[in-house]
Amino acid sequence: MDSVVSDVSRVSDASRSSGLPGTEAGAGFHVVEPDEELKAWQKDRTRAPIATKIVVAGGFGVGKTTLVSTVSEITPLQTEALMTRASEDVDDLSSTPEKTTTTVAMDYGRITLDDDLVLYLFGTPGQQRFWFMWDDLVRGAIGAVVLADTRRLKDCWPALDYFESCGLPYVVAVNHFDGSERFEPDDVREALTIPRHIPVMIMDARRRISVIESLLALVGHALDTSPE
Amino acid sequence: MPEMRAIVELCRRMRTVAEIAALLKMPLGVVRVLLSDLADQGKIRVYGTGHGPGQPDRALLERVLSGLRRL
Repeated sequence: MDSVVSDVSRVSDASRSSGLPGTEAGAGFHVVEPDEELKAWQKDRTRAPIATKIVVAGGFGVGKTTLVSTVSEITPLQTEALMTRASEDVDDLSSTPEKTTTTVAMDYGRITLDDDLVLYLFGTPGQQRFWFMWDDLVRGAIGAVVLADTRRLKDCWPALDYFESCGLPYVVAVNHFDGSERFEPDDVREALTIPRHIPVMIMDARRRISVIESLLALVGHALDTSPE
Repeated sequence: MPEMRAIVELCRRMRTVAEIAALLKMPLGVVRVLLSDLADQGKIRVYGTGHGPGQPDRALLERVLSGLRRL
């Protein structure tokens, strides 16, 4: 994902030198942004940090939003809309009866790893009708964490298929929900016929350490599969 | 266009394209077009990701790994 910054001082490209500084507030366009303490790289207009990203995918209601919220240093940006009847036909709410909305866009979170290194997390809608967004998202990504719910394991099949076919490194993280049956990683691997070299882990998307461990497993796996 | 002014305002600090799209509640594709126009007008500067278009290389993966371990 490219970075952008207002250019009020200078331009490096001659073809971009005709514009005037645009510092006027966007009148009539109200942007609600949570307060945050600015990191050093956000204030440096002369260079952008290295931007890396990890995709978080999985079926509906599996905890993608929770995972991103747990580990992001900013309040995750997201678009949630009340589900319409049309999407109720597609999204099966029967096993997550308490959930009344579905994420219709991506959850976007951020972790500053160093002064010049930022990791972005993109929680992507698992529903097939959003697949057109995926090709864009996976370009240049480190890899994907595929979240699975043991109550509906097969919901993550489309995501597994997709990442397997496009060759993006991925790990399978089984989000353990309270009150659901506890599974062993090998049971999940067998049930979903996940290849042996793909890491499978049981985790809790609400616990920061657990989420970081899943991200570590993915980056480690990406390193293992990366050409020397 | 109020959207263009809002983008320039948001870009007082370093942003990503996705962040602007989310904050303005506008589709990514539309934001990309507006950003490209603003860049042509010299009102914003666009930086890349700092690495190539493909998957990150080993050195970068190592850096991410150690960054995550420090959290």
